[in-house]
Amino acid sequence: MDFSTLRSMAAANPWWAIWPEISLGCLALLLLVVETVLPRSAQARIPLISVGGQAGILAALVLNFATPYRAAFNGLLMISPAGQLMRVFFLVSSILVSLMARRSPALQRAPRVEFHHVVLVVTAAMMLLVESRNFVMLFVALETVTVGLYILVSYCRANPKTLEAGLKYLIMGALSSALLLFGIVLLYGVAGSPGLAGRTADAMQYGGLAGFLEANPGNFLAAAGIALVLSGVAFKIGAFPFQIWVPDVYQGAPTPVTALLAVASKGAGFVVLLVLVTEVFTAYAWMVEPALVFMAAATILFGNLAALKQNNVKRLIGLSGVSHAGFILLAVVSSARAPISVGAVYFYLYAYLIASFAVFGVMTVLSGPDDTEQELGDYAGLAKQSPFLAGVLACGLGSLAGIPPFAGFMAKLFVFVAAFRARHFGLLVVAVAGVVISIYYYFGWIRAAYFCDEGPVAPKTAERARAGAGLALGIALAGLTAASVVLGFYQGPLWNWVSGR
Amino acid sequence: MSAPAFDPLLLSVAAPLAVALAIALGLPKRWAVKLAYAGFGVPALVALEVWLRFGAAAKEAHGYAFVTDYSTGLDRLGVGLKLGLNGISLPLFVLAGLVGFAAGLYAIQSKAERMKTYLLLLLVMHAGLMGTFASVNVFFFYFFHELALIPTFIMVGIWGGRDRTYAAMMMTVYLTLGAMLSLVGLIAIYVKSGATSFDLMVLRDTLASAQLGETTQKHIFGLLLFGFGILVSLWPFHSWAPLGYGAAPSSAAMLHAGVLKKFGLYGLLQIALPLLPFGAHQWSHALAVTAGVGNVLVIGLVTMAQRDLKQMVGYSSVMHMGYAFLGIAAGSVLGAGGVVMLMVAHGLSVALLFLLSTSVHRRTRTFDMDQMGGLARNAPVLAGLFVAATFASIGLPGFANFWGELPIFVALWDFSHALTVVALTGTVVSAVYGLRAAALVFFGPPSEAFARVVAADPPPDITWGEKIPALVLVATLLFVGVWPKSFSAGIDRALAAPPAAVVAIR
Repeated sequence: MDFSTLRSMAAANPWWAIWPEISLGCLALLLLVVETVLPRSAQARIPLISVGGQAGILAALVLNFATPYRAAFNGLLMISPAGQLMRVFFLVSSILVSLMARRSPALQRAPRVEFHHVVLVVTAAMMLLVESRNFVMLFVALETVTVGLYILVSYCRANPKTLEAGLKYLIMGALSSALLLFGIVLLYGVAGSPGLAGRTADAMQYGGLAGFLEANPGNFLAAAGIALVLSGVAFKIGAFPFQIWVPDVYQGAPTPVTALLAVASKGAGFVVLLVLVTEVFTAYAWMVEPALVFMAAATILFGNLAALKQNNVKRLIGLSGVSHAGFILLAVVSSARAPISVGAVYFYLYAYLIASFAVFGVMTVLSGPDDTEQELGDYAGLAKQSPFLAGVLACGLGSLAGIPPFAGFMAKLFVFVAAFRARHFGLLVVAVAGVVISIYYYFGWIRAAYFCDEGPVAPKTAERARAGAGLALGIALAGLTAASVVLGFYQGPLWNWVSGR
Repeated sequence: MSAPAFDPLLLSVAAPLAVALAIALGLPKRWAVKLAYAGFGVPALVALEVWLRFGAAAKEAHGYAFVTDYSTGLDRLGVGLKLGLNGISLPLFVLAGLVGFAAGLYAIQSKAERMKTYLLLLLVMHAGLMGTFASVNVFFFYFFHELALIPTFIMVGIWGGRDRTYAAMMMTVYLTLGAMLSLVGLIAIYVKSGATSFDLMVLRDTLASAQLGETTQKHIFGLLLFGFGILVSLWPFHSWAPLGYGAAPSSAAMLHAGVLKKFGLYGLLQIALPLLPFGAHQWSHALAVTAGVGNVLVIGLVTMAQRDLKQMVGYSSVMHMGYAFLGIAAGSVLGAGGVVMLMVAHGLSVALLFLLSTSVHRRTRTFDMDQMGGLARNAPVLAGLFVAATFASIGLPGFANFWGELPIFVALWDFSHALTVVALTGTVVSAVYGLRAAALVFFGPPSEAFARVVAADPPPDITWGEKIPALVLVATLLFVGVWPKSFSAGIDRALAAPPAAVVAIR
């Protein structure tokens, strides 16, 4: 048997289709093995093994990026260019989360290896989640993600705020899973009822369900099922009115986990939503679209208005993340009528990843052992203590605010163009109002870092700011900032990449 | 349209940005200041050079010269860095170069705290300004405007005077709202035109062959008018301007009031009028009345009531923007040409007034005009320059402003007699507050407070560091005042086509 036969066998094997997920799983197991094998003195290196392994997988993924559409495991999964984009997205997120976790003072006293282990498992599960084209697969992947996140959110269990966050996330997560599951069951049940046209026993499969919905565009039970499924997804992305858990959980979770929740988990939710809306629920656009329009408008307004008065930066970034969810929803809603929207969603997600992780990175460096109390006042005079961190923070916040020359501006521009093409003028008005409001609190934060010379001195923060981000995280933060600026000036590469040309 | 080896317009944007980047990467202060001279000087030289060469330069479609097109990878969406100048943008490009140079020189001698950061932000702002007026692509036109706008907020916030935090916040929120509204308006043109391009030349060609519907035009023009109007302090959205300028450090105020604020007017002239002639016609009456009564008359009277020198200059700039709006509303080649001249003239004169106000403050330690008096005895040259700036601002013949206001009044007479009377009343008002300010600050007996300042530490006359930037501005004002044709010929050619469409509708 020569090499090329081996290759063709591998290409035909469905397991080969999910090699990044399998590699991540193996890496996760490897970490546990290494922990028992390595002497205690060398165990501090284990996170580096995790980062190195992920970087290797990322490099392999980027080298083998081009992939045709290809269903695997009898259609449970769909390997697609968009799926590849999200694989890269999740890997970049998890690498950055691992780097941040190494520096996070709050995580220093907790078991270290298991944290990285769970992050890897969650990352692999998120990849499967966005690739799934079957409700059973979706649910299993989603639960793997969510259970992993339960652990991560309450990781510093000595801190009461973190415990509270863990409990809230557990209850809310269980509730959302229940809603989702109930919706799936309703859809499955109604699609199998013998009296209806186009009934199918294959309703767990997206394609089968879409065919049934096509044949019954006004069925009440199906509509109820769709509403429940959408509610379950809305919990994940933190869209109004399912955003109530966001501020408390974001505040209580260790900062790297907050970043994982805010970026990767949200990104996964959006891709699931995008797939459902564009591929499965198309026949029910009469109901899905108004619901999402309302949700987008309310999410933008609620997120921004609630963020205005926040003094805790983790709550602030959480609520601002809610408003970003609204902007991405705006693009999702437009996807039916404006083809540019799909690219806009991915571009927005990437711009959001770049900007958010810059901000979360600075937050991690400046956070103390009590990770939950990070006030705006702690940032007073940051520019004097560490011009680098202040610059990274300002660029990140500027990009989140959607100001040129940062990537965030391009993201907002694409979303606006998409919304205009889809003729959602009312939403556009809300979005403009949202941007203006958001400027207020983002600048409040920048103002704290730059303008407040005489403000309350935060000696501990100052000390940590002078200590800096360390080499690895420092390089990552500099890279994120540079990416944010370069993509603002020279937008082509990312856009062409996410829009699949 | 291939990029030549040497592109002056790109150089004018890249030079300040490169210096800013060098400073950001940790250049020592000594070198930072030296390089900053280059960063501010190169765009000024480029501006003069293209001005001299413009008449003879090869023109492309719509009278654009020096056109270069750099791809940023989004050609499919019609986004790209396309630079070029036509008769409307050239005067503003020159204005940006000169005022930026003056503001830069003034900043270097100002001995501000954290000088490196100050210069860095000013350089970024300067690059944005040059880019705004050199952009043919509407996307980058907006992009560069924002690039220049953000440093303004930060500069007001850090180096500002009284109420700086509040002023910075207010400016930020107002101007972001204006910018977002105009962005939506520009997106509307982009989508509705069907051109799938932000390239102004393509947009013009597309819309020339297939005009947008009348209702669409009306809505989009309304959006742009509100958006740009907020940015240009159209009454009643002006309240950020006096407050912001009052608090802004002098160089930032010079660049913002002098140049950046013209972005909105420029956008209306260069984009909205030619692309949406019917919309412009629909809105012209509302605009004329708002600008005439609100900006000129009401704000004129408010300006008269000011006691704070810098606030007064800030209000006067709001008032003079009213004339520019009136010229746009008049909807004729003459009126629009007057607006371009006025933008240049006002930019130079208001920058000069902000510069001199700060120099006055340095000597009197106050902006309160009741606390001054008789400064001319100690600083005769400063007094002379201030009086010249005031004359220019009033619009006396011999200064550039005259050639801005006169055509606007003539064009306005055809549009509405009543508004012309209002506008003429405005010039009297501006003469009153301008001359009274000069009298209060420089002539008459010194107030008690100022007498004490003089007794303690006699203020010196204007230094060379302050004089050179001021002289650059005065000389340009006089040059254009004596030889307006140097600008107006190009403006005429550029304007002859589009607003004629407006006239046809009327």
